[in-house]
Amino acid sequence: MTMQTIWSMLADPNMQWIFIGCTLLGLSSGVIGCFSYLRKQSLMGDTLAHAALPGICIAFMLTGVKSIGLFLIGAGVAGVVATFGIGYITRHSKLKQDAAMGIVLSGFFGLGIVLLTLIQHGDYGNQSGLDKFLFGQAASMIASDVITMTIVCALLITVCTLLFKQFKIISFDPGFARGIGYPVAFLEQLLMLLVVVAVVAGIQAVGVVLVAALLITPAVSARYWTDRLGLMVVLSGLFGAASGAVGTWISASVSNLPTGPVTVLAATLLFGISILFGPQRGLIAKRLMRQRVKERFIRENEPRIHEQVKKEAAL
Amino acid sequence: MSLTHTVSSRNAKTTAPLAINGLSVAYQKKPVLRNVSFEVKEGELVGVIGPNGAGKSTLMKAALGLIPSLGGEVLVYGKPYKQQRQMIGYVPQRESVDWDFPTNALDVVLMGRYGHLGWFRRPGAKDKAIALECLNKVGMADYAGRQISQLSGGQQQRVFLARALAQDAKLYFMDEPFAGVDAATEKAIITLLQELKKQGKTVIVVHHDLATVQDYFDSVLLLNVELQAYGPTAETFTQEQLQRTYGGRLAFLDRSLQHPSFSGGKGE
Repeated sequence: MTMQTIWSMLADPNMQWIFIGCTLLGLSSGVIGCFSYLRKQSLMGDTLAHAALPGICIAFMLTGVKSIGLFLIGAGVAGVVATFGIGYITRHSKLKQDAAMGIVLSGFFGLGIVLLTLIQHGDYGNQSGLDKFLFGQAASMIASDVITMTIVCALLITVCTLLFKQFKIISFDPGFARGIGYPVAFLEQLLMLLVVVAVVAGIQAVGVVLVAALLITPAVSARYWTDRLGLMVVLSGLFGAASGAVGTWISASVSNLPTGPVTVLAATLLFGISILFGPQRGLIAKRLMRQRVKERFIRENEPRIHEQVKKEAAL
Repeated sequence: MSLTHTVSSRNAKTTAPLAINGLSVAYQKKPVLRNVSFEVKEGELVGVIGPNGAGKSTLMKAALGLIPSLGGEVLVYGKPYKQQRQMIGYVPQRESVDWDFPTNALDVVLMGRYGHLGWFRRPGAKDKAIALECLNKVGMADYAGRQISQLSGGQQQRVFLARALAQDAKLYFMDEPFAGVDAATEKAIITLLQELKKQGKTVIVVHHDLATVQDYFDSVLLLNVELQAYGPTAETFTQEQLQRTYGGRLAFLDRSLQHPSFSGGKGE
């Protein structure tokens, strides 16, 4: 894969759209994913993605039109119902959030698959392609999708920049945030809404099953390189964008490789590099530090041990 | 009846730093606080004492509006707390947050300035100077740039105190600041409490260690779901009142009270 192939790939106008779309998708998911991860809601993205499927199906069944805007509304409504469901279960039973998420996630996904089958075997004319939402098909991205993606990306980054302070404090200490008068419930719902938007924008390219990876993996990887939230958010966005770019590039160079899964694999590879080589938290850095401490301990204590041995020998 | 009650208390125009009237809170069905009323005098250090599950933290959270109450009124300097947020500083329990969060000590203290900033403004040079000064007051200036997970428990507690100082409030709520801290931090906290008192600020502290109550606080508030007693430490912190508050389950008592220890019997 030389510069030549990258160039020829980018020269194809169709590929250009897909390339830009996937890069923007990675960027926006990476940014918003940081806050989900720090609020210990990494799996919320996965739940919202799976919940989006029946929402999209119902939107299609009601209107018979394939349009990102309508799907966004359907997925958004389904996402809100799912989060309320999780909230209701955790508040009114002894179940923990992970169990509640598991139940809601699989329930919604089951419903989604049933509806999808109904659509495919029913007499909805323009149904072809809806099943692509399961695993995604970046190749189907067209100019208008990329425009939507650009708007979504600009919106997410603008909101996260303007409300950085608020998102930071509700992620670290929501009790304190409420104490100084921030509308914490509203801000939490807003963050959730942004996650829904990122998920729905990503479903077309990556599919409901894998889209959560773009929220979680870049954020976790970025955490290995920095101890500052601002830098972490920027790095996470860059990691996501790089994964999208590399995913498109590889899938364009090697025939028959799907873009979405390759993008997720690229993000996973970045995570592997981060967990190994992260400057302080990385596994290698930690092992080296432990070894240094051990060596110093031995060096400092050796003379004393020698003395003791001598004393014992003298006795 | 409750209406006239509210009206009369508004008319009374209390200007006490904190006036709580008939506050009740329940989790699910179980009442945690029942009809608690008291008024705190300006410039006092008040210790809130009671057994586990007595509602001490709940009292604080309900007063701050962090959890919903069943009824009752909370007035801060004569007005509902919602209008007086800038006057209130809060130090939550240290365990309530994840200390592995990607931020440093100075950044946490800066959060204390957020209430004074607008919705979109970032903390500026002046806020940074204030935050540094607050870190200095708790003896943590050298640790400003330190990642918070690399601080000891006592140092983390002091960072939380510095954040509350940065709020520049008149009334402070502290939820067990002495829990699990080393001697150096305990001393730093006490010095700070004394300084706050000197500045005329009012501090309400949830406290567990009965042995130090008499040294630390001007007034004590004994709580066990209902208010048991409230008043100057010398008159209120007595063997009789404590026995009532702890319901005979007191396993440890200050020796100066000359009281034999009760065994912590579970079945009563």
